[in-house]
Amino acid sequence: MVRQEMPTQPAAERVKNFNEVALGYTSEQAVTEAKRCLQCKKPRCMKGCPVEIDIPGFIAKIAKEDFLGAIKHIKQKNSLPAICGRVCPQETQCEQLCVLGKKSEPIAIGRLERFVADYEVQQGNIEIPKITSRLNKKVAVVGSGPSGLTVASDLAKLGYNVTVFEALHKSGGVLSYGIPEFRLPKSIVDREVEYIQKLGVEIRKNFVVGRLMTVDELLDDSYKAIYLANGAGLPKFLNIPGENLIGVYSANEFLTRVNLMKAYLFPDHDTPVKIGKRVAVFGGGNVAMDSARVAKRLGAEEVYIVYRRSKEEMPARKEESEHAEEEGIIFKFLTNPVEIIGDEEGKVAALKSIAMELGEPDESGRRRPIPIKDSEFVIEMDTVVVAIGQGANPLVGSTTKNLKISDRGYIIADEEEGQTSRKEIFAGGDIVTGAATVISAMGAGRKAAIGIDKYLKNRS
Amino acid sequence: MAYKIMEKEELSSDVKLLKVKAPLVAKKALAGQFIILRIDESGERIPLTMAQTDKEQGLVTIIFQEVGKTTNQLGALEIGDEILDFVGPLGKPTHVEHLGTVICVGGGIGVAPIYPIASAFHKKGSNLISIIGARTKKLLILEKEMKEISDQLYVTTDDGSYGFHGFVTEMLQKLIDDGLTIDMVMAIGPVPMMQAVCKLTKSYNLKTMVSLNPIMIDGTGMCGGCRVSVGGKTQFACVDGPEFDGHLVDFVELRKRQGTFRNQENKSTKKYDQECRLKSKL
Repeated sequence: MVRQEMPTQPAAERVKNFNEVALGYTSEQAVTEAKRCLQCKKPRCMKGCPVEIDIPGFIAKIAKEDFLGAIKHIKQKNSLPAICGRVCPQETQCEQLCVLGKKSEPIAIGRLERFVADYEVQQGNIEIPKITSRLNKKVAVVGSGPSGLTVASDLAKLGYNVTVFEALHKSGGVLSYGIPEFRLPKSIVDREVEYIQKLGVEIRKNFVVGRLMTVDELLDDSYKAIYLANGAGLPKFLNIPGENLIGVYSANEFLTRVNLMKAYLFPDHDTPVKIGKRVAVFGGGNVAMDSARVAKRLGAEEVYIVYRRSKEEMPARKEESEHAEEEGIIFKFLTNPVEIIGDEEGKVAALKSIAMELGEPDESGRRRPIPIKDSEFVIEMDTVVVAIGQGANPLVGSTTKNLKISDRGYIIADEEEGQTSRKEIFAGGDIVTGAATVISAMGAGRKAAIGIDKYLKNRS
Repeated sequence: MAYKIMEKEELSSDVKLLKVKAPLVAKKALAGQFIILRIDESGERIPLTMAQTDKEQGLVTIIFQEVGKTTNQLGALEIGDEILDFVGPLGKPTHVEHLGTVICVGGGIGVAPIYPIASAFHKKGSNLISIIGARTKKLLILEKEMKEISDQLYVTTDDGSYGFHGFVTEMLQKLIDDGLTIDMVMAIGPVPMMQAVCKLTKSYNLKTMVSLNPIMIDGTGMCGGCRVSVGGKTQFACVDGPEFDGHLVDFVELRKRQGTFRNQENKSTKKYDQECRLKSKL
């Protein structure tokens, strides 16, 4: 039996709207796919899941058409299944380890997770687990992104009083400001956040920890432990001439304008965005793909991905780069930007790049791109989006006493349980690892919840 | 939790003052810091400097000029109305120390943010000389407040309708010519004014700080929209500033970048005006 394909909006149509690209399985498709699962005695797939979902367990329930049972099973380990089912890189995690993948295609774990999460919502009765013990102890969480939400829900289920502090006016962190509507509808983020609030978690928005209150002030106030999950944030630039011209955005700014502030609905929403006809996106990760596909939907005629290595080294998920290709994004591989050329008004006019070739492998194990002499070329351009990653945001780290920070500004935390140089402070997600995936941030949250629980129980 | 407007005042025809209930922000805010607000669900986030805070009453005073859609909409709000989001204090506070003589220069709406900074230098016991200016008398704000805290206050108007006839820079030039020993100049106002002040003080090697107000979204170092070139290096006004050494700021770039969305802003303002007119007809 073959793996069930996911229905999608046709490319020609979807580039004209911000609706979700992948449409999700029907019940029949989900059951058919679930029946492919071999129900291994020693399931390898689970080893690939950072939050240790009982994968064969929930798939068995789908095969028996017990969809609500399946979602309940997932939620024991994962409070954000509708999100993970959509944005996890399953192909490099659970699905990569699936035995079926050796001879044919692995079971579509992510699509099944998404299916049951959406099914539960369509049924309308989302079950909130009863919290049996109340510990009367307060824990603070900084940041309401995937890591913060995970730690908050795990600790709430254990009986802690959890407050999440969010700097923006909306919860979700990168799920809200970064990942576009067509890949992760914001209604889904809202509903998962709502679920976590129903577990008793309080979310305080418009609260910038490090400015309004420091970590130390929160600890002095009444919080017994604190989890820092404030994300990476600080956008990186290439430091080439012309990066401050009008029409150059960091991917963070570009995506925040469109996703969080809904600039695609301007002027009904007040935040504008301007792109023109030709857009170049620097970088080859998921954020670069998102930016390029957003630009296309905003009406750009030509959208380029400018990436200095070749297709094989591109860090974006295959599904994302394939979708981008289908939508007519032009890939300029082995190309490195050297200068953004402006007009007399200070606006982007053209992009000068140089062709690259691959040399010996570098420290990342990927072949190092080397510029080819005298191969510079210029393409006319109206907009540039720089999507080459983020550094550490200094706001929390620099205002917390005696907290150990790495040379690059990331918070140093124990890999197992997230404890930092100060025993009552834990940290995880991008602020510890640098920009990574939603699920790895969630995995760190899961482990830290165990660590915080242990720490607080040993103390009392 | 929304943020309620407790007091409202019209300082001039298009400059309004609002006191907003935001107890935590009021408690924490220091001179030189700013807030970001969003009026309603479809609103944009705009940065505004705080002119004053009242820790006991939990009030933050904002003063703004109605220049576009959002500021016009904000100016139309009345006592009792609520602002959906109000976040702060953001940015680094002013480095305030006891200095011999400090000159605080405020131009137009820039008098609002200069007031708490001038006030802080005054409290530290520095000799505070203030120069405040406006295009015309009607647009001059906070004269009484500035007078109370300044050892000397000079008022200028571009059209000569009040005080000294000329620009703030001309008054500053006069003070320099008089042989006054100046330890620091702090200048806040429209970009061309800050640029002119810096050009003047640079020729006398007078330390000058400016407070910048570039386009901004989150205000916490995430979006990078507020980047400015300072001494040839890119800085983020929201976390590295908003105050910078004025002699190092690339004002030409700043001015261009502030105009990034001018066409869209005009469109948005026009749409708002039309909607207002339609509403008043009904």
